[in-house]
Amino acid sequence: MTWASRRPARLSLRRGLSIAPLAIAGFSLAGCEGRQSALDAAGVSAQEILVTSWILFIGAAVIFLVVMGLALYAALVRPERFPGRRAWVIGGGILFPLVTLTALQLHEFALARRLATLTPNPELVVEVTGYMWWWDVRYQVEGQEPLRGANELVLPAGRQVELRVASADVIHSFWAPSLAGKIDMIPGHVNRLPIVAQRPGLYRGQCAEYCGAQHALMAFDIRVLPADEFDAWMAAQRRPPPEPATPQLSRGRDAFFSFGCQSCHAVRGTEAEGLVGPDLSRVGARPSLAAGTLPTRVETIAAWIQGAQHIKPENRMPSFDVMDGETLDAMAAWLESLK
Amino acid sequence: MTLRTDGPRDEFSGRFPSPTPRPEGEEETLRRVWRLPPGIAQLTAVNNSRVGVWYIATALLFFLIAGVLALVMRLQLAVPDNDLLDHNTYNQFFTVHGTGMMFLFAVPIVEAIGVYLLPSFLAARDLPFPRLSAFAFWAYFFGGIAFFCSLIFGAAPDGGWFMYPPLTSYEHSPGINADFWLLGIGFIEISAIAGAIEIVVGILRTRPPGMTLDKLPIYAWSMLVMAGMIIFAFPAVIVATALLEIERAFHWPFFIAEKGGDPLLWQHLFWFFGHPEVYIIFLPAAGLVSMMVPTLARRPLIGHDFVVLALVGTGFFSFGLWVHHMFATGIPSLSLSFFSAASMAVAVPSGIQVFAWIATLGAGRVQWTVATRFLFGFLFIFVLGGLTGVMVAVVPFDWQAHDSYFIVAHLHYVLIGGMVFPVFAGLYHWWPTLNGRMLSERLGNWAFWLMFIGFNTAFFPMHISGLLGMPRRVYTYPGDLGWNLLNMVSTVGAFVLALGVLLVLVDMARSALGGGEKSPDNPWNAGTLEWLPNELYAVRSIPHVTGLYPLWDNPDLPREVREGAHFLPGAPTARRETIVTSPIEAKPQYLMPLPGPHWAPFLAGLFTATHFISLTLKLYYFSLVPAVLAIGLVIWWLWGLDKGADHPPQDVGGGWRVPVYVQGPKNHSWWGTVVLLLVDGTAFACLIFTYLFLWTVSPDVWPTDGDGLPGLSWLAGGLALWALAALAIGWARSAVDRNRHGRVRLALILAWAAMVGGILLDATAQMQTGLVGAASAYGAIAYMLVAWQGFHVAVMTLMLGYTLARSAAGLLHSERRVTFDNTMLMGWYSAAQGGTALLLLHLFPRLAI
Repeated sequence: MTWASRRPARLSLRRGLSIAPLAIAGFSLAGCEGRQSALDAAGVSAQEILVTSWILFIGAAVIFLVVMGLALYAALVRPERFPGRRAWVIGGGILFPLVTLTALQLHEFALARRLATLTPNPELVVEVTGYMWWWDVRYQVEGQEPLRGANELVLPAGRQVELRVASADVIHSFWAPSLAGKIDMIPGHVNRLPIVAQRPGLYRGQCAEYCGAQHALMAFDIRVLPADEFDAWMAAQRRPPPEPATPQLSRGRDAFFSFGCQSCHAVRGTEAEGLVGPDLSRVGARPSLAAGTLPTRVETIAAWIQGAQHIKPENRMPSFDVMDGETLDAMAAWLESLK
Repeated sequence: MTLRTDGPRDEFSGRFPSPTPRPEGEEETLRRVWRLPPGIAQLTAVNNSRVGVWYIATALLFFLIAGVLALVMRLQLAVPDNDLLDHNTYNQFFTVHGTGMMFLFAVPIVEAIGVYLLPSFLAARDLPFPRLSAFAFWAYFFGGIAFFCSLIFGAAPDGGWFMYPPLTSYEHSPGINADFWLLGIGFIEISAIAGAIEIVVGILRTRPPGMTLDKLPIYAWSMLVMAGMIIFAFPAVIVATALLEIERAFHWPFFIAEKGGDPLLWQHLFWFFGHPEVYIIFLPAAGLVSMMVPTLARRPLIGHDFVVLALVGTGFFSFGLWVHHMFATGIPSLSLSFFSAASMAVAVPSGIQVFAWIATLGAGRVQWTVATRFLFGFLFIFVLGGLTGVMVAVVPFDWQAHDSYFIVAHLHYVLIGGMVFPVFAGLYHWWPTLNGRMLSERLGNWAFWLMFIGFNTAFFPMHISGLLGMPRRVYTYPGDLGWNLLNMVSTVGAFVLALGVLLVLVDMARSALGGGEKSPDNPWNAGTLEWLPNELYAVRSIPHVTGLYPLWDNPDLPREVREGAHFLPGAPTARRETIVTSPIEAKPQYLMPLPGPHWAPFLAGLFTATHFISLTLKLYYFSLVPAVLAIGLVIWWLWGLDKGADHPPQDVGGGWRVPVYVQGPKNHSWWGTVVLLLVDGTAFACLIFTYLFLWTVSPDVWPTDGDGLPGLSWLAGGLALWALAALAIGWARSAVDRNRHGRVRLALILAWAAMVGGILLDATAQMQTGLVGAASAYGAIAYMLVAWQGFHVAVMTLMLGYTLARSAAGLLHSERRVTFDNTMLMGWYSAAQGGTALLLLHLFPRLAI
């Protein structure tokens, strides 16, 4: 793979703070790129889990050090000076774990309950369906057809969102560590994941359940927008795509249809209404292409059209290596212009 | 010594040591009957000391192969966007690595160590079914080799060691890769069950006289619990693999949601096995630790009784944890809370053991051997792995950690820390029992530090890469997510760990080639029986045991045992034999003749593996050839057994006379059959669970009375035939008692006819309704229950036929009926199972709706 040039990471003070204890633990993280990190929470669930995680890490570290210190002392000290016999087994092996684990269990029950009921009255419902190896996204809008997208989730900050996840083929798992824990997408089941995003920004998620050949290349982007920007974005999505502004873009659009791309893909506002592959309505505005595999640029779109089977073998998109370079560039340019 | 652990006197106290010297020639006879066959015929050996070593060596070989795969995977992941391995190769590698480590290394090696060490701990001459051990080993050997060879042809399974459908079913995995997993692993599980039966009966029935259950060494306890867990856990995965293989072959939709199946059914069955599996691997290793710690601390284990309770408790709890692998599947949160609490509770027994070891070390003077270092390494790694285990038992934390590299770190901490380090400690500790030589202290220390540092360097960073969002089972990753350095460090650590393992191999090879210093008889001054002087026949005489650490209680014991001053100092019937004792009090009951070398276990193992490989390659007709050969060989090996009371009661020492043959519930073979029926019953219970689970998922595909259900007369007819089969077997039993041989044969034929009639009737009842297996989950499970019963009728056909042949050959009468009793137990079970399945199939849909 030669597509190493991906999006640069955003830096934030908050991120620096939340991973500081790790650095104290002696691990310097090259770059601190935390778009996909459970240690860099940007949603309510992820934040609550992170607080509990730190309780667990610190508690475990203390217990670990005490037990190791005791073991070492036991090995080195003269037997007469080692206090207690069976008392250790009863105190350390039974009483201590019972007390700490009961406390932990109570904390956990409360937390799990809080997180499961995080969005009692969701203001937005998004259906996400896993395919081998991409994500179909449908925003439920009252009184209208669902708004279709793919491989990218745009969410309003601060609002209650419910994801309803399902699968079209094998088991996948939806995981956006910055926002919340993961939830499996299982054929025959619809699972719910409540999300309240806190901090606007660009995040990344990835399939967490092994789903075959290209499980590694099944990621997605999440754009969290301030609530008012989100409303504007939502409104803009229904508008038809801009008419091609240049002859090259026109040629690209014609090529799209003459090569039959519309039999799998949809572009809202055109006669392309295919449901087999990812929706391409605003593909140019998405940060990445082919489920997080490539950054979105004209060249990468062209490379993908020409060599989809080379870049992501066994995915369902054939490599269209039969068209001439100009047509290819035009088609890529037209797709990139869909914003 | 002030460490006496012996209990009150029993009826043998004062009889031993019996007067020596023993008669001339006694030891020569013992040597002669136990000697190994020469040359190529060594393949026919069944001695546990020989088969156990082959078994351990094979498991270590598979450990190396699976480990090399891991190294190549670490190279692929050392840098982002790497293309050393393509996605297919990587996916096959991680599947074969996980499968190989779990099924072909971890479980086999703990059983292999049991085969090698348990008889020594019990001072028995061998395990009760030596040919079964040898057969299980050879089936595992050939099957394991074939499984790894699938990599060479690029046909290795690539669905992960957990094989979740629908990815692994016919639609998404049409190749034979998945079949290699399902058939290959499916039958290696059968070999694990054979080992478990051997271990249960061995521990409960071949203990030395006086070793009552409260004097049973912790290691034997751990193996007993582990074998019990195999008995109840493995049937679940065998049923799961059978269901998936049948779905792949005949499209019966157990796991296909559109037809009423459910992918979660697989996960429930798989993890009902898969979680106990972890403890099946860990408990024997913990048992080894509980033996080494007292030796190295030079004092008895503190809290022995608590540790026994902890082992039993772990075995019990481990069956209530399986859903903690499914926290992210959307299961209702109330049930999640239950499984979360159970997952935390299982930390208590581990805590008890850890503190018992620490307290023992504290109360003793520690000898610093290589094993001591590995034990401290184990404690360090395992405690950390246990703590991360508590973390992932916290449901919300698991929603983040699940299927990320955090879990990869956690599972390697518990498995490598909890099993590999104790096993390597044990390797250094017990190596002298193998060839009377010590492994090198210097190489061992180097190996330990390389393994310890390498391990932590490789796996600690994975906790962090997981929390930074890196999922498991990815063949590549982008370079801008902060995972690069951590992955590079992990790769370096993996190679350091591998170097440590390599040093241990060098050390073992050096010793095997005759290097290294000679070991004293009891180099670490241990207190347990495996350090008694022994030869191929095991110990010269089986000691009368009065405490937990007999060699500390009586420092003269090794000399007494060597001189033959205890039980069974020779081979009174001039053949291989060992004492069978009562299960709790360990009173001598009879002198069991043990089968000797035979070609059948080796060849039957080879042909069993060939049969399953032929099935994998879809050579269905050809596969019948090795199947028939394997069955024929097993019959050949069995025919010479069940000899009856061919000798008068024998003096086994101290004037104690026992018979050479008993039948009925005292017989070891009866015990083996009962344990096998527990396995069988558990598998049947899993099928009933499958039926009920699928009904709760898709009641709409279930038939209703008058609509798709066979009429109740089919039920009545079926029940009558299964009852007739059971009655006929009872009739045969009383005819055997009275030696009415003609009636025995008539009754056996009648039982067989009733069973064949029963299964034909059951199948017809379903078929005449037009039910199609591939049409719905109901059709699939209905026919599966019938097919399962059909399998039992096939087994009964063989067993009844064999019993008839024994009767016709005059080898079956009222005083020689062990063969008949086994057939009787299996027959009654099969009839009861047939009736139960019928009641479920006919009445449940009528009552439930």
